[in-house]
Amino acid sequence: MLKYIFKRILMLIPVLIGVSIIVFLIMRVFSPDPAPIVLGQHATQEAVEVWRQANGLNDPIYLQYFNYITGALTGDLGTSYYTKMPVAKEIFARFPATIELALVAIMLASFFGILIGVISAVKKNSIFDNAGMFIALIGVSMPIFWLGILLIIFFSGTLHWLPSSGRIDPMLQPLDITGFYLIDSLMTNNIDAFKDAFRHLVLPASALAMYSMAIIARMTRSSMLETLQQDFIRTARAKGISEGRVIIRHALRNGLIPIVTVIGLQLGSLLGGAVLTETVFSWPGIGAYTVACILKSDFPVVQGVVLLIASIFVLVNLIVDVIYAFLDPRIKYSKKEV
Amino acid sequence: MLLEVKNLRTEFKLKRGTVRAVDDVSFTIDKGEILAIVGESGSGKSVTSLSLMGLIQKPGGVAGGEILFKSQDLSKLSQKELQEIRGNKISMIFQEPMTSLNPVWRIKDQIMENIMTHMKMSKKEALARTVEMLDTVGIPSPAERANDYPHQMSGGMRQRVMTAMALSCEPDLLIADEPTTALDVTIQAQILELLYQMREKFNMAVLLITHDLGVVYEAADRVIVMYCGKIVEEADVKTLFEQPQHPYTVGLLQSIPQIDNESDEHLFMIKGMVPNPLHMPPGCSFSDRCDRCMERCTKEMPELQEINGHKVRCFLYDKAEEGELSAK
Repeated sequence: MLKYIFKRILMLIPVLIGVSIIVFLIMRVFSPDPAPIVLGQHATQEAVEVWRQANGLNDPIYLQYFNYITGALTGDLGTSYYTKMPVAKEIFARFPATIELALVAIMLASFFGILIGVISAVKKNSIFDNAGMFIALIGVSMPIFWLGILLIIFFSGTLHWLPSSGRIDPMLQPLDITGFYLIDSLMTNNIDAFKDAFRHLVLPASALAMYSMAIIARMTRSSMLETLQQDFIRTARAKGISEGRVIIRHALRNGLIPIVTVIGLQLGSLLGGAVLTETVFSWPGIGAYTVACILKSDFPVVQGVVLLIASIFVLVNLIVDVIYAFLDPRIKYSKKEV
Repeated sequence: MLLEVKNLRTEFKLKRGTVRAVDDVSFTIDKGEILAIVGESGSGKSVTSLSLMGLIQKPGGVAGGEILFKSQDLSKLSQKELQEIRGNKISMIFQEPMTSLNPVWRIKDQIMENIMTHMKMSKKEALARTVEMLDTVGIPSPAERANDYPHQMSGGMRQRVMTAMALSCEPDLLIADEPTTALDVTIQAQILELLYQMREKFNMAVLLITHDLGVVYEAADRVIVMYCGKIVEEADVKTLFEQPQHPYTVGLLQSIPQIDNESDEHLFMIKGMVPNPLHMPPGCSFSDRCDRCMERCTKEMPELQEINGHKVRCFLYDKAEEGELSAK
């Protein structure tokens, strides 16, 4: 198992090299020249040349890439053209917000998705099934920004229950330890901050969770329908155990494997930055920030973010594969199968 | 009398019509007796056994009749009351040992679940009982094998595990639904031998569901032959094999390959196919496949009648038509 994990981590290297080359080329081929954007419309040709020279943009492209990748290997991802701050610092200032939002969203999505899926499968073709699948249909079809705006209008505007934007009331901001406000506020015993951070999370996390929840609910339903037909379910019933136990301990435990895959994929894409959600709710995360940087041709930041997201995506998939082995004892990652 | 089934009817309500999978079936099982139900696929034998356990899934259900187990009518019980009987007083082993065990649970956990559901035992006692049961059904080094997952065992071993699980609460009745069908011939013999020993050891009755007449001959005391949801013949095993009466039973017995038959004749086949349950022939359901079909057979369904403990559903033996057989 350890050997398998190690091999998978090694396989990360070619993936990251490939991703870095692609994003490097795309930025340089399709993005406008950053110099006039950084220096302003009225910058002299001379100033532009000096800036390009200073930022290595006049070198041949393979040399630019070589300089970039050798820097990245030593942990130096470059500095932002605008803030002059190291890219790593820029990213890690915003990434916890995205992770916090994504994790809360995926927890909501998994809980309600599995719940709806199981009920729909067990009560197949009943009113519960139809209602559940109707919600799932809305979830996959509704544009997230529209859902976000509706939530803001209703819960924030009409009812005044929840805040519509930001992560926390700036007056309550907890000490920055991990960057996760929920954890930081608990660690500093700041209950008011925890409550406020939580209230700020509810709407964006719900909006973000809706799509994933719909996907998970549909997957759970079909997986459970298949599992409930299996012979061992009949055996479990013949043992005289309660139907609830048959469904949870026997059917769901077996039906969970494809569901875990879907949850992993969804989490990967949520961590990649929920651009629309972050924009609608003014969430200070990585997604909205990256879009701004793409528009401003801030090459080093965009490259750094894409590398980070690619690594996380691969790692989440690795974690899913490891979870498989725990869920299903028939899966063994031996040498042959890798 | 341990079990008395009276006029059992089980129906499946499909969009295209209602299928009566079990139609007016009555039989009894005594304590310690092995009763076999024989029939082709679709004859209703498995549905009969699942009906006894209350395990028919929607859109099916028991539509009528009584299932008296120790004079308690199982068909009137709630699912909750049935759960107390299932796996405890009546337990079941199934055809497919490869898929009938939960693939993600260790076998000890599956057996312990059965024990702890019905017996007031601590985890430790239940584990001890599990190992004891695995030993009883002939699994070598049971304490170690208890930690295996089903995929680490062979088909025969898994069927032994199923048997251990079914017997763990010492049931009064074991329903064995095609317990040997998916196994090699040598393993089949071992499992049958095991059922025999267990019957002796626990003095339980066995309802053996099978399509294999060889298995019936070896194991059963009494035999019921089912066709299209109805009992067509019932007799003790010796009588049935020596003097089969219903043309369907005769056909079944003739279609067993004989190893000492040296003639070049093809193996006997019953002509035609089992009719579509939504379009049963009027009259006797076997009439369109029967060599001795009479005009009457295509119009009326014969009654099951008893002659010297030998029951048969056929006009050939009708009291009105054959005087001598009707003499009781």
